[in-house]
Amino acid sequence: MLKLEKRPQPSQLWTWATPVLAVLITMVAGGALFAALGQDPVAAISTIFWQPLFGEFAFYYRPQLLIKGAPLVLIAIGLSLGFRAGIWNIGAEGQYIVGALAGAGVALAFYPAESALIFPLMVLAGAVGGWAWGMIPAVLKLRFGTNEILVSLMLVYVAEQLLAAMALGLMKNPEGRGFPGSRNLRQYDSAHNAELITGTGMHWGVVAALIAVIFAYVLLSRHLLGYHIRLAGQAPRAARFAGVRPARLVLFCLGTSGALAGLAGLFEVAGPAGQVSIDFNVGYGFTAIIVAFLGRLHPFGILLAGLLMALTYIGGELAQSNMGLPAAAIQLFQGMLLFFLLAVDLLTNYRIRLATKEVA
Amino acid sequence: MTGDLLTVSGLTKAYPGVVANDAVSFAIREGEVHALLGENGAGKSTLVKMIYGLVKPDSGTMTLRGAPYAPHDPHAARLAGVAMVFQHFSLFDAMSVAENVALGMEKPPALRDLAARIRDVSETYGLPLDPDRTVGDLSAGERQRVEIIRCLLQEPRLLIMDEPTSVLTPQEVEILFQTLRKLTGEGVAILYISHKLEEIRALCDHATILRQGRNVGTCTPRETSARAMAELMVGSSFAAPERARGGKGEVLLEVSGLSVAAQGQFGTALHAISFAVQAGEVLGIGGVAGNGQDELLAVLSGEMPVAAETLRLKGATIGQHGPSQRRAMGLLTAPEERLGHAAAPDMSLTENAILTGAARENLVNRGFLKWDAAEAFARRIITGFDVRTPGPGTAARALSGGNLQKFVIGREVLQRPEVLVVNQPTWGVDAAAAAAIRQALLDLAAGGAAVICISQDLDELIEISDRFGALSEGRLSEIRPTQGLSVEEIGLMMGGAHGMEVAHV
Repeated sequence: MLKLEKRPQPSQLWTWATPVLAVLITMVAGGALFAALGQDPVAAISTIFWQPLFGEFAFYYRPQLLIKGAPLVLIAIGLSLGFRAGIWNIGAEGQYIVGALAGAGVALAFYPAESALIFPLMVLAGAVGGWAWGMIPAVLKLRFGTNEILVSLMLVYVAEQLLAAMALGLMKNPEGRGFPGSRNLRQYDSAHNAELITGTGMHWGVVAALIAVIFAYVLLSRHLLGYHIRLAGQAPRAARFAGVRPARLVLFCLGTSGALAGLAGLFEVAGPAGQVSIDFNVGYGFTAIIVAFLGRLHPFGILLAGLLMALTYIGGELAQSNMGLPAAAIQLFQGMLLFFLLAVDLLTNYRIRLATKEVA
Repeated sequence: MTGDLLTVSGLTKAYPGVVANDAVSFAIREGEVHALLGENGAGKSTLVKMIYGLVKPDSGTMTLRGAPYAPHDPHAARLAGVAMVFQHFSLFDAMSVAENVALGMEKPPALRDLAARIRDVSETYGLPLDPDRTVGDLSAGERQRVEIIRCLLQEPRLLIMDEPTSVLTPQEVEILFQTLRKLTGEGVAILYISHKLEEIRALCDHATILRQGRNVGTCTPRETSARAMAELMVGSSFAAPERARGGKGEVLLEVSGLSVAAQGQFGTALHAISFAVQAGEVLGIGGVAGNGQDELLAVLSGEMPVAAETLRLKGATIGQHGPSQRRAMGLLTAPEERLGHAAAPDMSLTENAILTGAARENLVNRGFLKWDAAEAFARRIITGFDVRTPGPGTAARALSGGNLQKFVIGREVLQRPEVLVVNQPTWGVDAAAAAAIRQALLDLAAGGAAVICISQDLDELIEISDRFGALSEGRLSEIRPTQGLSVEEIGLMMGGAHGMEVAHV
C-alpha cells in the first residue's frame, strides 16, 4: 500500500523537478498514444520536440517559437499575478481580443497618415483596451460580489462577437472587395509591429514579454505589493490581518492581467496576424492558463513553459502535416501535459511512502 | 479498592523522526483520579491513544484487571471497560441529546428508553441534562455532559478525560469535579489529562509526569506545589512572572458603545461594549470561548470596520482605520488562531515577520522589501523569545504550536506597541514559555504600554491583569480590580454555570 505523508515544508527540489518529470511522463504516455494510432512513437515525439529546433527546416521554425511563445508568456505573466492572489481571471482571451481591437482601431483611425507616434499610441490603446475589459469582472465582483471566473469567461464570448462585428462592419477594409477583415497593418509602416532583427522572430511583443517577466519577478520577490499578492493567495485571513485591502488586489490583478493580455493582442494584430479578422484569436488566452501553471506561477518558469508550449504547437502542426496525426491527438497530447503536471504536483507537498500496516 | 486497574509497562511508540513514547510504565489504581501531566509534545496524547486502541504500540504491554490488554481498536477498548471523553466533541448540532447518544451505541435501545436512562444517569451523577434538547442549543459545558453520559452508559472501569475543563466556567468545573468524585467512589478510575496544575492538585490522587516521551516521575499532587510539578514537566526551574511597575498613566485606548452584528452563522454579536485602558496596566478579559472574543479582537485590530468614534487611541478616533494605520499609530494585536490568521502557514518566518512588522520595523523602502532587515527582525524574535526552529527560513507551519505562538507574540512585543491586544497568548504553550510570554506582557505594561489580554485561562488572567472583565454572549461585564476578586465572583461575571438554570433563552 502506498501512503501519502505531508512534508513539513514544501520541497524545494520537487518544486522545480515536477515540471520536468511531467514533460517526461507526457512524452512516454504521448508516445503510447501515437503508437496506438499506428505511428512510430519515437518519430512522433522527435517530430514534436526535435524537428522544430534542430531539424532541416529549423531556420523557419525557430522564429516561430518566439512569435508563438511571446503572447503566451505575456498573458501568462499577468494571469499568474492573479492566480497567486487567488483571483481567477479565466477571460484573458477576451482581453486579448479587445486589446487587439483597440490598438487596431487607433491604427485604422490614423490610416494612411505616417508618424512615429502611431505605434506607441497603439500600444497604449491595446493595454487600455485589455485593462478595461479586465476591469468589468473586477468592478462587478467588488460592487455586486459576482464570481470573476464566470464573468471573465463569459466576456470572452462577448469579445468574440465584438470581434466578428468589427471585422464585418466598422473595421472592414473598404478596399477589400467585400471580404471580411480589416486593412492589413503589415502594409501600413507606422502601425506594423515588424521583426526587429530579420529572421529571428523578434518583435516588440517579445521584448514586452521579457520586460513583463522581469517586472513580475521583481514585484513578487522584492516589492510589498507582490508580498501582499502572495499573502492573500496563501492565507486570506492573515492578509486582512496584515492590512491588505482585498479590493485593491482585485483591481490590480485583473487590471494588470487584462492590460498584458491586451498588449499581447495588439502585438499580434499589428505583426504576425496583420489584420482584424473573424478568426483572429487562436486560443492564446486559454493556453496561457496552462502555461502559467506549468511554469509554477513563477515568472522564469512561465518563460520556459511558454517556449515549451509554443514548441508543442509548432511541433504538433508539423506532426499533423508530416505524419498525418489527427489534430485531436495533438490537443490530447497538450492536455496530458497539464494533467500530469497537476498529478505530480503532489510530490511538492507530500512524500510517498510504502505504508506498514497500522491501525490508525 | 487498592488493586491496580490498568498497568502499563514499557510502552514505546515511534513516529518518523520522533519517539513519542519511550518505555513508559505506570499504573492506575481502581477508584483513583490519576493525572497525566506534560508539556505539549511530551507524549500524553500518544499514550492515551494507545490505551484507547487508536494507536498500536511498537512494544510494551498493558494489563487490565490482571488480564493482558491489547485493544486493536476503540471498540475493543470500550468492551474492555475503557471510555474516553475527547477534548473536541463529536456531536451533531441538529440532533437531540438522546439521538446523539444513540449514534455512538452498538445496539441503541428505543429512543424513549434511552432518554429515560440518560435522565437516570444524569441525576445519579449530578449532571443536569435534558435528553430532548437539541445539541446546537447547548453550552460547551452541557455538550461535554453529553459526551460524559455517553461514556457512562457503557459503565466503564476507566474513564479517560482529555483537557476537560478548558471550555468550562469555574462553576461548571466544580460540577464536573463532584461527578468525577462520585464516580471514583464507585471504583471507577479516571485518567485525567490537563495543563492546569491547580486543578490537578484539587482533584487528583496521583500524577504521572511525561517529558519528551519518558515517564520522569510520579507525585502526589496534594502534597506537591504547582511550581514543583511545572518544573518536573519542563525539567528545569524557571522564574514566575514578576510584577514591577509604577502607577497608571493616561488613558491610551477607549472603546465606547461598541456594537457589532454577528458575522455569519457562527459569529457572535457584540453589544454596547465600553471600556478604557490606561498606560501601564494589563486589562484581562475572560469568558468561555465563543462569547465574542474573536470579534472583539477583529474590531480592535481593524479587520472588522466600525464607526470612527467608537474607538479612540490617545484621543484620536481610529474606528475608521484599517490594520496598517492602527499599527503605525501604536495599536498592535495578536489573534488567537496562529496558522492562517496571525501567520501564513507556507511562508517563512522572515516573511511572517514582515506581516505585521513592515511599517514599524522599517522593513520597507519605497514599497521595496528590505529582506536583510526583515531577516534580522525575525532573528531578533527567535532569540528574544526562544523560538525553537532551524532558522528564519523555516516555514511557519513547520513550527510546533507553542513555538509559533512565541514567535507571534514576540513579533508584536518587539515592535514596542503603545497598546497591545492579545487573544489567548499562551494557548498550547508549555509552562516555561507561558511564563516567559506573561513576563513579556508585564514588562511591556511596566514600560508604559497598555495591554489587553483576552484569555480563557483564569489563572493567567488573575496572575497578570490589574483589572478584570468577562465577555458573555457578546456583552462585557463590569470591569473590576483583579485584586480581591474571588473565583466565584469571576464565574458569575462569566455568566455563571451555563445550563444550571433550566430555562435557556
